[in-house]
Parts: sequence; structure tokens; C-alpha cells
Amino acid sequence: MSTTAAVRVFLRRLPVDPLGTLLCAVGALALICLPFLVFKANRIVPGDPVDLAQVLAPAPLAAAALVLAAAGLCAVFAAGARLRLLAGLAGIVVIALVAAAGADVLTPAGNRVVRVAPGAGFWIALIAMALLATDAVTRMRPRPVVRVLALAVTVLVVLAVLAHGTFDQLSLMREYAAHADRFASELRRHLWLALGSLTAAVLVGLPVGVLCHRVPRLRSAVLSVLNLIQTIPAIALFSMLMAPLALLAAAVPLAARLGVRGIGAAPAAVALFLYALLPVVGNTVAGLRRVSPAAVEAARGMGMTAGQVLMSVELPLALPVILTGVRVALVQNIGLVTIAALIGGGGLGSFVFQGIGQTAIDLVLLGAIPIVALAFAAALLLDALIETLRRGAAP
Amino acid sequence: MIQVEHLVRRYGERTVVADVSMDMARGSMTAIVGTSGSGKSTLLRMINRLVEPSAGRILIDGRDTAAEPPHLLRRRIGYVIQGHGLFPHRTVAQNIATVPRLLGWAPERIETRVRELLTVFQLDPAQYGAAYPHQLSGGQQQRVGVARALAAEPAVLLMDEPFGALDPIIRAKAQEDLLAIQRRFGTTVVLVTHDIDEAFRLGSRVAVMSEGRLLQYDTPAMLLTHPADPFVARMTGVSDRALKLLSLTRVGELRLFPVEAATAGAAEPRIDASLSLREALAELLWQGTGHGIVCDATGRPLGRISVADIAAHGRGP
Ligand SMILES: Nc1ncnc2c1ncn2[C@@H]1O[C@H](COP(=O)(O)OP(=O)(O)O)[C@@H](O)[C@H]1O
Ligand SMILES: [Mg+2]
Repeated sequence: MSTTAAVRVFLRRLPVDPLGTLLCAVGALALICLPFLVFKANRIVPGDPVDLAQVLAPAPLAAAALVLAAAGLCAVFAAGARLRLLAGLAGIVVIALVAAAGADVLTPAGNRVVRVAPGAGFWIALIAMALLATDAVTRMRPRPVVRVLALAVTVLVVLAVLAHGTFDQLSLMREYAAHADRFASELRRHLWLALGSLTAAVLVGLPVGVLCHRVPRLRSAVLSVLNLIQTIPAIALFSMLMAPLALLAAAVPLAARLGVRGIGAAPAAVALFLYALLPVVGNTVAGLRRVSPAAVEAARGMGMTAGQVLMSVELPLALPVILTGVRVALVQNIGLVTIAALIGGGGLGSFVFQGIGQTAIDLVLLGAIPIVALAFAAALLLDALIETLRRGAAP
Repeated sequence: MIQVEHLVRRYGERTVVADVSMDMARGSMTAIVGTSGSGKSTLLRMINRLVEPSAGRILIDGRDTAAEPPHLLRRRIGYVIQGHGLFPHRTVAQNIATVPRLLGWAPERIETRVRELLTVFQLDPAQYGAAYPHQLSGGQQQRVGVARALAAEPAVLLMDEPFGALDPIIRAKAQEDLLAIQRRFGTTVVLVTHDIDEAFRLGSRVAVMSEGRLLQYDTPAMLLTHPADPFVARMTGVSDRALKLLSLTRVGELRLFPVEAATAGAAEPRIDASLSLREALAELLWQGTGHGIVCDATGRPLGRISVADIAAHGRGP
């Protein structure tokens, strides 16, 4: 046996988890080599790395290190998904608590200028632990209901902890406190833009998709137009819509009274609607084409009217594929709404761009993190719904 | 029962069904046979107006089918296609209930009918009613397809290559079952197939089609002994037509030489009266005795039959 073959056999026998090993290595390197916390004199200067050993008492720090080391070992060696999940969650909690404790100690009482920000080490280690936990959940193959419940519990726990004030001294929460009055309204606006344009796209896209399925010549024309729209960069599409909408508002007083303007939410909503049309129409067509022709033939042959065939055979059988399109459109919309802020459309993107303008990275994160969380939650919810539908009937 | 009068269907320049006229008697089973693309399906689908005729008309019980909205017409006509076309998102019971639901039957009546049909098709209602089609075997799916077509007690059943997807053993069983069902419900069946043996086995009358034309419409024996056209002769098979003729008659239908109980030797093979002459001949050749004793289902001897008796029935006109 050659040496390489021997090594390969040895590695295969060794119960090492490849992904876990990678996460453990990256997390450990990040914690050792990169700053965990950064102390800034104010919110826009780069700041200096904090030496945790000088900030926290040795006992708690050692305990935290021990827990993280144990989590790392679990990531590398543990086979059980439950244990790996536990390790990931414990890692997340410890990393978050150490950061909160450091911020509490470092922030002078009553000082509203100094910022203690999580450093690169914090973020990378946190993401490694989160990946460990989500990978463990994936391996447990939970039923859709369980996944939705887990999401609900996670959201509730995070909200409760944030409300409790554990992290109030961390820069991100300080930034939130400074913008608390606007945060809820921008979040609502973000959701409203994403969901509103999606709803319109479904209401229009579903009938258009059905029509395209019925009239093949229409199909290629409609889909190529929608594909073309998809290739226009968002900011270019927003700008292209500003002039026509401004003209419309000027020409039709009713439109103006309804809030149609060249700038603001209107061009954003229209652009998002146009972007969402392709996944909705495309998947409606694809879903309908996938329906067994024999089932449709039998339905017609038994005396269903065209409407009955559509409503009780074609659409139900195409629904999982259509919902996959809705999922793509929703996640895409949640991301694209961010850019709407550039033309005054509001939403969480306004924090991101304001933060970039002020070089205040904490403000950027205040917008970006909820956007990522929203996209993740939307994808999870729709995936659960699609899987439930698929489980109901045929494979 | 069904009168097809000068039926024509054109697609553009092409005439797919050319001036076909034929009558199907009440309670009969008609097999339409022909090569692929000869217009069999088009002809069948014009009966329930899934395809509209270019010319000609179809009467069912004397009424022109064009007089009624097509979807209402179809609810009175059973329709079975190759690959069954069951709805994958509906349970077996819901599939069978499709037409009764469209007709607005009361739920209790639908439930009773579904149970009855499942039992007739040898599917335990408790076990299979709530199952989904993909949980069934191919043969079971096909039976559910036929049960679904019969749910609203149609007087006419149209079948387009209904057994095409089944393997030979299940296929033979499905053909048996269809004959039994047809006798039980008295349904008028029109069945399309490209398999001449299936057509002879099932059809009391067989229609042979080629390139949209109806070449001959007759009993299987007449098709074999008096083919109207060289194509019909080729279709029905020249090399084994004597054997095909033998398979049309059952042993029990012959006049047999009575046997004296004493001479009915134990060495003579027993021939079941329900076998076809072809099967009986094969059995006698296999046993090498040249003759055998015909018995009914209870084993009572009915008479003696010889290879020569059988051979006389395979002679051409
Ligand atoms: N909708 C249609 N449009 C054009 N040609 C058709 C259509 N339906 C059937 N045909 C043609 O008519 C001919 C007969 O078809 P069909 O009745 O399905 O034949 P069979 O069932 O005997 O195989 C075929 O050549 C087929 O291509
Ligand atoms: Mg056909």
C-alpha cells in the first residue's frame, strides 16, 4: 500500500467531520489572530483592538475559552447532530456574552460618544458557530413545522434578550438606540415594499403565466421581455422609472394624490414588481408544463370545464413550483428594497447608505443585519410551506 | 346505441379520419385496431368531442352529440387512457368520485358507489380508499382508472390503449376483468388498441383502420376468413391465421363425442371446457395422446375431443 493510500485510509477511519474541522479552524484562528472587540473614541473613527485579558476577570474569561474549546472539539469529532447543535448554540451564547461583558466594562458610565464595537474576530467566530448550528439542524432533517417553530423561538429569544438590555453598551445597540424612533418605521416600510410589490407580481404574474402556458407564441415573447428586465441593474431601472412616473404624477392628479412621484417609494415599488414578475411567471409556466398531460386529458375527458381543469388539476399540481418562484421573488425583493433607499424609497437600506456616507460601520450593520435576517426567515418559511405541499401528495 | 355517420377530421391539408361510418350495438364491445397514426384515437376522441369532427355526425341513443355542451356530454361517457391519468394529488377515493362530484351527487351516494367500485375491482376500500395513486402498483392504478371512468354509471365507455402500459401477465388479467365488468354493467365499450390479439380477445366486433380509413368492421372470425383488403389480411396475420381462428372458439362450444364412463381412461388428459381450441390443441400436442376428455368446471366429463376435431375448425373457407 502506498503512503498516500495509507493516509487516506487512516483519515477515513478517523471520525473527523470535514466541515466541522474547517469551522473550528477558522473560528479559532479568528479568535486568536483578529481583534474580538474594538474601542473607538467615537462612532466614525477606526478604533483600537481591545486586549480582553486586561478587561475581563480571569475566571469568567477562562470559562468562556473552555466552552469555546469544547464547542470546537464537538465540531471536529462529535457525530450526533444534537450535540453539534448544542455546541453551536453554546458557542453563540458565550461569544455574545463575552462581547457584552467587555462592552459593559469598557464604556465609561454615562458616556454617549465612546463606542465598543465587535471586531472581525467576533464576527467570524460567531458566523462559524452559527454555521455549525444550522448545519446540525440540517442534519437532523426536521419536519417543516419544527423548522418554523425553531425560527419562531429563535426570533422570540433574540428579541427578548435585546429588550432586556444585555447588549445595550455594544456599538450596534447604541446605534439602534440613537435611531430607535426611525427603526420600526423603516422596517415596516421595507417589508411593505417587498411584500406589496410581490403581492402585485403574484396577482399579475399568475394569470400571465397561465396565459403564456396556453398560448405558446406569447410565452417566448413575455419571458424574453421579463428576462431583459432582470438584466437591468436595479439602480438603472429605478432611474429609468423616475421620469415616466414624474410625468404621470404631473399629468394625472389622482396618481399624485395616491403617492405616485418620480422619486420615493413609487419607482421602487414598480421596479420591484417588474423584477418579481420573472420568477413568478417563469415558474408558473414551468409548473404548468410539468403537470402530467395524461391527468389533464383525463380531467377534460371526464367532463371538467376548462376552468375546473385549471383550478382543481393544473394549479394544484403546479403549486409547489409556483411557490418556489414566489420564494425566489420574495428573497430577491427583500434584498433589492435596500437600494430603494438611494432614490428616497426608505426602508432599512437608508441606514446602510447613511452609514456609508458617515463612514459609521455600526449604522451600516444596523440596516444590513435585519435585511439578512428577513431574507433568511422568508426563505425558511416558504421552503417549509413548499415541502409541506410536496409531502401531501405525489413525489 | 352509437351511430357514427360519415365522420371526417382534417388537420390542415391532412385528412386524419376519412369518412368513417359504423354502428356499435348496445352492450357490445368494439375494438378499433390499426397501425400507429392511423387515426384510431382521433376517431375515439370525436365520440366524446375531445376532438370536434370536420364533417359527419355521431348519434348516441339517436341523439346528435353536437346538440349538447361537450363537458356535459363527457360526464355521461366513461373515458380511460393509456397511463391511467389519475390525479396524483387526490386519493384513490377522490379520484373515483370525480364525475359523481361534477354531477352533484349526494356525498353518501358517492361514498357508497366508491366502496362498491373498489370492491368490484378487488381493492379493499379500507386499505386503498385513502391511498394516493403513487402508492399503488401499475395494475392497481389501471384498475382505479377504469373504476373512475365507470363511477357515474355511464352507458358508454371509451378506452384508448388502456392496457398499453401493463406487462403481459397483468395485462391478460386486466383483459379478463374488463370482460367480466362489461358483462356485469352491460356497458357499451369502444376500445382502441394496436394489438390485434387484444382486439380479437376483447372485441365482439373489430374495426380495422389504416391511414384514416375504416377498411373493415366485422366479427373476428369474418376478418380472419374473409378479409376485405390485403392490408386487413396482413394486419390479422397470414402465417398463424388458422391458430387465431382456433383461439376464437371455446372447447365447450363444440359438439363432442359422448364418452362411456368405462372408456374414459385415466391416461387420457383432461381438457377444461373453458379453454380455447388453440389452448386445447397445444395441450393435446404436449401430452402426445392425440385425444383427451373434456370436463366442465366441476370435473364432470362432457365428451372426447381429438386433434383432428380441432384441426377441422382451423380450416379456411
Ligand atoms: N392535434 C393534431 N394536430 C395535427 N395532427 C394531429 C393532431 N392529432 C393527431 N394528429 C395526426 O393525426 C394522425 C392520427 O393520429 P391518432 O388518431 O392519434 O393516431 P393513432 O391513435 O391511430 O395512433 C397522426 O398522424 C397524428 O400526427
Ligand atoms: Mg392513439
